[in-house]
Amino acid sequence: MSDSHGHSHPHGQPHPFQPDIEDSALTHHQLLQLAVGELLMEKGIFTGDEFRRTLEDIDSRNPGDGARVVARAWVDAEFKKRLLADTAAAAAELGVDAGTIPIMTVENTPQIHNAIVCTLCSCYPRLLLGLPPDWYKSRAYRSRVVREPRAVLAEFGTTIPEDTEVRVHDSTAELRYMVLPMRPEGTEGMSEDELAKLVTRDCMVGVTLPDNPSN
Amino acid sequence: MSGPRFPVGAPVRIRRAWPPGHVRAPWYLRGRSGAICHIIGEFGNPEEMAYGRYDGPKLMLYRVRFRQVDVWPDYAGPPQDTLQVEVYENWLEAAGEEAA
Amino acid sequence: MRRHHDMGGMEAGPVDRAEHDYAPWEKRVDAILRLLSDPKRRILRVDELRRGIEDLGPGAYDELNYYERWIASISNLLIEKGVISIDELGRKMAEVEARHEAERAKGGRA
Repeated sequence: MSDSHGHSHPHGQPHPFQPDIEDSALTHHQLLQLAVGELLMEKGIFTGDEFRRTLEDIDSRNPGDGARVVARAWVDAEFKKRLLADTAAAAAELGVDAGTIPIMTVENTPQIHNAIVCTLCSCYPRLLLGLPPDWYKSRAYRSRVVREPRAVLAEFGTTIPEDTEVRVHDSTAELRYMVLPMRPEGTEGMSEDELAKLVTRDCMVGVTLPDNPSN
Repeated sequence: MSGPRFPVGAPVRIRRAWPPGHVRAPWYLRGRSGAICHIIGEFGNPEEMAYGRYDGPKLMLYRVRFRQVDVWPDYAGPPQDTLQVEVYENWLEAAGEEAA
Repeated sequence: MRRHHDMGGMEAGPVDRAEHDYAPWEKRVDAILRLLSDPKRRILRVDELRRGIEDLGPGAYDELNYYERWIASISNLLIEKGVISIDELGRKMAEVEARHEAERAKGGRA
């Protein structure tokens, strides 16, 4: 699920890579970032080594971690129970460090479809899914998904049956949310690794559903 | 430290108040009624921590379930659709049974 | 009065699903915040970061991109808390800019 710059593109949609800043003049805010970073290191508030390790940690987080957790929950009912009770502890069983901000896994069922938003800022389960996509932080998504969730899901190509409850979680405070999608039909013979490949970032936010491999 | 003021299932309303400053009760839910669906626990008050005061009394935090049709009178989807939102206890008041 | 960032339920256009990969400088902003707010340092809290972003006002919210808002808020907070002075920040920014321009000139790209 990873490409050359370590970022997962589960939908196969390449997006433009921003050139590094050495090629052009620095913007005011890029200057501010570099100056603040250097001053904090000069003052010993953090070391260059701590800074580098933090950057490596940010780069190492991607939706593949969340996908492994979901795939395990699909094949192991007892693991799923533990995941729903304590997401960080269950993720740790797979060697995934989900961090200290509590994450709540919400399960899709034939009766309930969950979707995640943060209308006030951009809270997101970063340690399980990596940095959020641009649309998650956009005015359009944040404004509309709490008021017309079915219309927003339709823009992602997702139609939820009329008799299913669409449940939108607005992460306003201390919890972060991850959606546990339903295992698609026709995947009975698949291995856990194969299943994990069906689990995209967007279906763990609840705006899409995992692909049915027979489609 | 005291226990939660509202039990799971209690009908509650987000207070109609519009103070300035850093607030985590979303504007679109002020004055709307729902029901407690989960008592999360006690956390620092963001309205204080946002200004650098980290050590004040903690606040109980709940998840509150709202029916979309109670939030948006013109909601376009079916009546079973819901919103679930985290709300600190200082923003909640008891609501009538009609909101449950 | 509704504040600008508090946008749930407002009218807005279709969701643009185009994405960009995070630039190195954006990840560096993220790393600075993670370090400043971690349990070892606790120099600032994410609540303060958010308050600072909200207080940039509606214009900045629309004109600056996501991590520009973050670094603007972080810088203001560090000044408020006396961690960094305005004077040293101004001098350091000039130094960084001069160094960067010298690098560009050397690379023949200036």
